[in-house]
Order: sequence, then structure tokens, then C-alpha cells
Amino acid sequence: MTSTLAKDKGASPSPPSVPPAQRARRLRRRGRVVALLFVFPALLLLGALVVYPVLFSVGRSLFDASGTRFVGADNYTEMFRNPATLKAIRNTTIWVVVAPVLLTGLGLILAVLVEKVRWATAFKLLLFMPMAVSFLAAGIIFRLAYDEDPDKGVLNAAVVSVHDVFKDSSSYPAARAREGHGLTKGDDGSYSTRAGLSPGDTVHLPMVGVLPKDLPGGAEPASAAAGGKTAADELRGVVYLDFTPGGGGTQGKVDSGESGLPGMKVEAVRDGRTVASTTTASDGSFHFGGLKAGSYAVKLPESNFAPPYQGISWLGPTLVTPMIIGAYLWIWTGFAMVLIGAGLSALPRDALEAARIDGANEWQIFRRITVPLLAPVLTVVFVTLVINVMKVFDLVYIIAPGPVQEDATVLATQMWLVSFGGGNNQGLGSALGVLLLLLVIPAMVFNVRRFRRSQ
Amino acid sequence: MMRRRTTLLTGCTALVLALGATACGSSDPVSAGGGDKSLSGQTVTVAGVWSGSEQKNFQKVLDAFTEKTGAKTQFMSTGDNVSTVVGSKIEGGNAPDVVMVPQVGVLQQFAKKGWLTPLSDTTRKSVEADFAPVWKQYGSVDDTLYGLYFKAAHKSTVWYSPDAFDQAGVKPPKTYDEMLDTGRTISDSGLAAFAVAGQDGWTLTDWFENVYLSQAGAEKYDALAAHELKWTDDSVVKALTTLGKLFKDKQLIAGGQKGALNTDFPGSVEKVFGPKAEAGMVYEGDFVAGVAHDQFGRTIGKDADFFPFPPVDGGNAPVVSGGDAAVVLKDGKNSKAGMKLLEFLATPEAAAVWAEAGGFLSPNKSLDLASYGDDVTRATAKSLVESGDADAVRFDMSDQAPAAFGGTSGAGEWKLLQDFLRDPSDPKGTAAKLEAAAAKAYQNQG
Repeated sequence: MTSTLAKDKGASPSPPSVPPAQRARRLRRRGRVVALLFVFPALLLLGALVVYPVLFSVGRSLFDASGTRFVGADNYTEMFRNPATLKAIRNTTIWVVVAPVLLTGLGLILAVLVEKVRWATAFKLLLFMPMAVSFLAAGIIFRLAYDEDPDKGVLNAAVVSVHDVFKDSSSYPAARAREGHGLTKGDDGSYSTRAGLSPGDTVHLPMVGVLPKDLPGGAEPASAAAGGKTAADELRGVVYLDFTPGGGGTQGKVDSGESGLPGMKVEAVRDGRTVASTTTASDGSFHFGGLKAGSYAVKLPESNFAPPYQGISWLGPTLVTPMIIGAYLWIWTGFAMVLIGAGLSALPRDALEAARIDGANEWQIFRRITVPLLAPVLTVVFVTLVINVMKVFDLVYIIAPGPVQEDATVLATQMWLVSFGGGNNQGLGSALGVLLLLLVIPAMVFNVRRFRRSQ
Repeated sequence: MMRRRTTLLTGCTALVLALGATACGSSDPVSAGGGDKSLSGQTVTVAGVWSGSEQKNFQKVLDAFTEKTGAKTQFMSTGDNVSTVVGSKIEGGNAPDVVMVPQVGVLQQFAKKGWLTPLSDTTRKSVEADFAPVWKQYGSVDDTLYGLYFKAAHKSTVWYSPDAFDQAGVKPPKTYDEMLDTGRTISDSGLAAFAVAGQDGWTLTDWFENVYLSQAGAEKYDALAAHELKWTDDSVVKALTTLGKLFKDKQLIAGGQKGALNTDFPGSVEKVFGPKAEAGMVYEGDFVAGVAHDQFGRTIGKDADFFPFPPVDGGNAPVVSGGDAAVVLKDGKNSKAGMKLLEFLATPEAAAVWAEAGGFLSPNKSLDLASYGDDVTRATAKSLVESGDADAVRFDMSDQAPAAFGGTSGAGEWKLLQDFLRDPSDPKGTAAKLEAAAAKAYQNQG
């Protein structure tokens, strides 16, 4: 860019050359001096603000953390050996590949659609509004929206409530059997007694891990039911909370004051097949009547204990990058839409009209006329976004929680973390900066070339 | 060349920061009151990280100094980055006289740069008489005493909800194993045992430090803190295994490992002392009381109480600590008066001023425990002073380490312990990764 400027300015004031040659030369020289004089402030600014820092960073990247020892390319080899930087490179690639394409596509679709509605300006305004929100604020908003706790994160609140409409939650998600008192845990999360019970027996099934205030309303003490008499053809029992509030009580025994667990599903199993099932009463008692003689086991199926659905871990290691890209889309879609919309309104109407008269449908018009004519605008939007996406920092830094920060890191955040955010290795940080520069340069060159061509 | 430019650059950045800090942090010089006025007419400038209520309370201490000596004082809040701000002030010829340094590492850095004046004989004598040897040691560099620890933190306190303990019928445990048993009983009663703030890596380093200090002993702790002992050492693996036993027990941790990783520090306090209790205990330093009181309206000592972190495997009960040390800068305009301020800060009289205001622990043995405002703080202070006498107090290890290892979110020890919380199955592998990260950080620092 600098060179172009200088050349243009240097060339333009030179007058049409006429003999004598000496005068021409003098004039040309003077022209050059004047040009230089005009360019000088710009050059000085560019030099101080762009060229010098770039060169300084390149130089700094060849020194170690303290900046005193020359280490050559060590920082660069370190950069490609460090798993965190490699992850940053991978994530930046994902960003660059995904975000601009999605944004340009979305922007194009929205621009075309918005053009057809009556309240176009209102829609555009609405979609453009996120641009006015700072990245920091947007980051905080999305960090909250993505929160894994359904009580905090709106996304998971929605997911959980939809899920719970279709699937009932279990009544005792936190309960578990008191270990060593007859119940063993199955692989699927159910609990069962050993086989070998026969009709006429009574079983007491001790459970723990339920807060007294979490008991269903109407739960009654289990001690009365525990002592009931059993007929010869039935299997009786009680499922109870084996925990006396305030401590005390004997483990595995129904102490007075210990509550039954109502509404618990219970199955009688014989030879691996469920032969009867029932639900406990308000005092936790259950009975299976009319059983044939034989060896039975009592099972509390896993549906009693299924943990409540907690939603999706949006900010877990796998989803965090797509989710941050989502937040980025929210901010930038309006920008893409407005730019493309401007291009759209500048399209020659007659081409569209002609196509319509020729009988093309809307899709054909979009595919064959709108998109090709818009190509220059689309490219500008796309390339601008590529450059922007490469330096994305704030969103990643704010949205990713500490434990997954490394999984979400991109080159810009990594560069900052390494040089200032505790790493204090500005050598390695500069090397990362240089890498970022190298990656941005092609996009820059492309853009500059396009500008020149369009001039 | 490169070096000079770098300092210049950081200097500029720091200057901007410092200007900002001064603008919002400085307070008007305090006018003199009664007293002997031996220093009247002089102004002592003090820099420290404190702001808000801490700054207000420290100002009370400074006012007491003014009243006694007649010297005016001016406090300047530096924000988090003390070393950068103070460095730029010194380069700019505007050094404060006294700095309250929050980390051992920073104190050493200052001393090595030759910025500090050794403490006067009077102060040294009070330190030797009234403070446990460990405080002198952490205030010294190469056997010269530079720092006076004025304010301390106690990071070996397990906070519990007495309600939950009553409900489960348990009492504060005396050993680590007992603590896990207590936890299981609490979990039988329906609450999870512990709220662990896995989203904040520093809470995990504190867990580790307590277990390690008690299990491996003070000597190894010191060696590991100085990175003379490698993290691959068996003692580290053993401590990680001990910690892993707790981490992987779904009954013991609210929300399991996944829940813990999604809980930040205030969140973990909320899980125990908030309106919807999910757990019975939360481990962290004495500052838990502040959160429980200010945010959740708990009365400390009644609705929220603590027991000391119990000893692990028959070792001593650990006391992991932190603190702010007062140092005197050579380049200060009134360093002599600054030294007088330190002499004052070393007295129990000065400590009592802040102790009465609350939110403060003093390592000073001569401070009458009655000065503290409530029983719980008194108990914490007592535990701190007593273990100081038994040479059991150690400074937070991660605060002694280079920031890249012990103080960076998403990297180093913080990140590795979070990974360990997510999957505690391989203590050996974790130790190896810790060693690799530590080696790199210590090398970069040196």
C-alpha cells in the first residue's frame, strides 16, 4: 500500500515533457521533491505506527522471554511444538473456514429476503443492532446464555423444558441404596436384592441420599409397614429412607421416624424375568400377591433413579468453538446483510425484469443473475470478514470458561496469553504475532489488488 | 538494545496504567491529629493492591500513624499489577516510600533489583520477637530482612453449614479420612459433601497445597515451591492420588466432576451458604466468610462456621497462608519516615486498628486476640499464630511460582489440575505434565 501511494503521488505531478531536456529534468526533480514533501507526513505515520512495530515484532520474535538472548528460530519451532499453539492454529483455521462463509451466505439470504418485505428498514435496523453492542458485552451475554446450569443459561433452560415435556423425570434422582444391606447396584443403575426370596418373605430396602424436604408430599414413616404380616403367597416389603434426621439410628434397620419412599417402582423378578411390578404406597410399602412358589428377587428399576436431564454442555471442550462462532454470527450478520443489501439495491433492475419476462422463476433469477452480479460485493464482504475473523479475540477470551480456554483458544488470544496473560514470554508472543501477520497478508494483498482494479 | 527498548515500552504501558490507578485510587493526604508529631511536615506515600473496603480500613491504620507521629500519609492503589506500577514510578522518579507487596515472588524481584532498603533494627527486632520465624523467612532475601508481613490470609479453612451438619448428625472432623467419612454421611442425608470451584483453577491449587503440605511435610513443600524437587516426585503423585480419591467420588462433590468444573468460586460458596443449599462444606481461605456474609446474609459463627483443614495421613495439620508485606523503597522521598511507618505497622497497636474494623488477620503474636470483632476470625487468627509457632505455616505455593505456572487461567497448574478434576484416573501422567509446565515456566523466569 505504501509503495502504491508513493508511486502514484510521484508520478502524477510530472508535466508532459517538452524540450529542452534540461528544463524538463529540473522540473521533474522539483516535482519529485514536492511530492516527497507531501507524502512525508503520511510515510512518517505509517513508518512509526505500522512498519516499525512490524519490524520490531519480527526482531523480538528472535529473542527469548527476557529479550536479552538471541535464540534464532527457537520461538518458531517451539510454536509448532506447543500443543496449545497448535490448538490455536487449528481453531483459527476452523474460524476462517466456517465463519466468513456462513456470514456471507446468511447476509446474502437475509438481504434478498428483506428486500421483499414491507418493513425492510425496520428489519435491517433490528438485524444491524447487535453491531452496536460491544464484543465485551456480547461476550458476557452469550456466556450467560450458554451457561450449563438450566437455571442460568437460557439455551439449556429451553432444551431441558422441551426434553421434559416428552420424558418424565424420575422421582428419586439422587437416591441410592445403603451399601452392604442387601441391595446391589446393576450396570444399568437399577438396584436389586439377591435371588432366593420366596413368597411369604418380607424385605426392607434401605435407601439414602434424599433430603427430607425433597420427599414427595404425603410420605409417611415406614416403621409401621415394616412390621406387617405376610400371607403365604405374597412378597411384602418396604422401601424407606435409611437416614434419621440429625444422625443416630441403625444402618439397614427401619428406625422410628425414618420415612418411607412413596411412588417407587418395584419389580419382582424370577429367573431373570419380571413377573410382577407395583409402586410403593405412601409409607413406602409394597406387596406382590398371588405368587407361585419359587425363588424371587426384588428389583428397583433404573427409571426411579434416572438423573434429571441437564441439557447440553454448550461450553464443553467440543462445542465451545462452534458456540463462540454462533455469537460472532449474531453480531456480524447485520453487517454482511447491510453491505450486500447496498449492493443489491445497485443492481440493474432491467436485467431482473428481463429475466422475469423471459419466464425465469425466483430461484433461477437468484442463482443466475443476482449472485453473479453481486459477486464483487460478496468478495469484498468475504475477504473483510476473513481478516476480521483472524483477529477475533474478545469473544473467545470472554465466553470460554477457564477449564476449556485452551480448547477454544485462537491465535490472537494465544498471542496475548503467551506474552502478557501470565506467560510473560514476549518472544514467543511476537512469533505468534508474526504468524498471524503472515496469514493476514494474502487476504490484504487480495483486497488491495481488488481496490486497484476497481479504480 | 533490545532490552532497553522493551523496558521503555513496558514502562510506557505501565505509566499509562499508573496514571489511571492514581486517578482513581489516590486519596487526599490525611491531616495530622494529636501525638508527639516528631515527623510533622513529612508525607509518607504508600502503594498497595487494596481498594474498596480494604483500602478504607488500611487508611484507618495510616490515620493512627498520623495521629501518633504527625506525618501525613497518602495511599495509592496500584490495581493488580504492583510490580509494573511500582517499577514505572521508580523510573519516573516518583517512587512511593512504602509498598505493600502481595506476593513473595514480587518481594524477591524487588530485592534483587536493588529497590529495597533493609528493615531498621527496631523493626527487625519486633519481627524477631513478635512474628513466627516463617514470616521473617518469607520477608527475607539472601538473609537480609526486607519485608514486614502486616496482613495475612489463612487458606486452610474448611467452611461448613452447621445446619447441614446437624441434619446429618456429624461433627467437624479431625483427620482427612474422617472428613471424607463425614462427607459420605452428609451425602447419605441428601446433600453433597463438598462444593468444589473447579472453574477457578486457583481453588484447586489450594486444595492440592493443603493435602501436599500435610502429607509430604513442610520440607518437601518448600523444595517443591522452589522447584528444587520435581513434580514427578512420588510425594506429588501420592498427594494427587489422595486428592483424586475425593475428586472421583460422585457422592462427595456437588454435581460430580462436571458440576464442579462449571462452578466458580462465588458459586461454590453459594452452593453451601446460598438459598438453595446443595452441599455441606466448601474449602477455601478465610475470605469465604466475607462472601457468605455479604452475599448470602449468613451470620458467621452461627449459620456458617469453619474447621481447620484436617491433617492427611498422620501429618501435621496444614496451614497454607498468604499475606501482604510492607517494604521500604530506596528511591522514596521520605524513606526514613517510611521506615517509621513500618516500625508502627510492626506493633500490635497498628494491627489492632484493622482487626477491629474486620476482614483482617495479623501474623503478629502480640496482638491481643480480643481485638478481633468476631469469634470465627479470632479462631482463624489463633490457628494462624499457633501454627506459625509450630513452623507449620507455609506460603501459598502457586503464589511463589512464576505466574505462567501458578497464576494463569487456562494454563499451567490451574489448567492441569482442572484436567485432573475432569479425569483423576492418572495421577502419574498429571504429575509429569505439571513437571513439564513447571520446568518451562521456571526456566523462562530465570
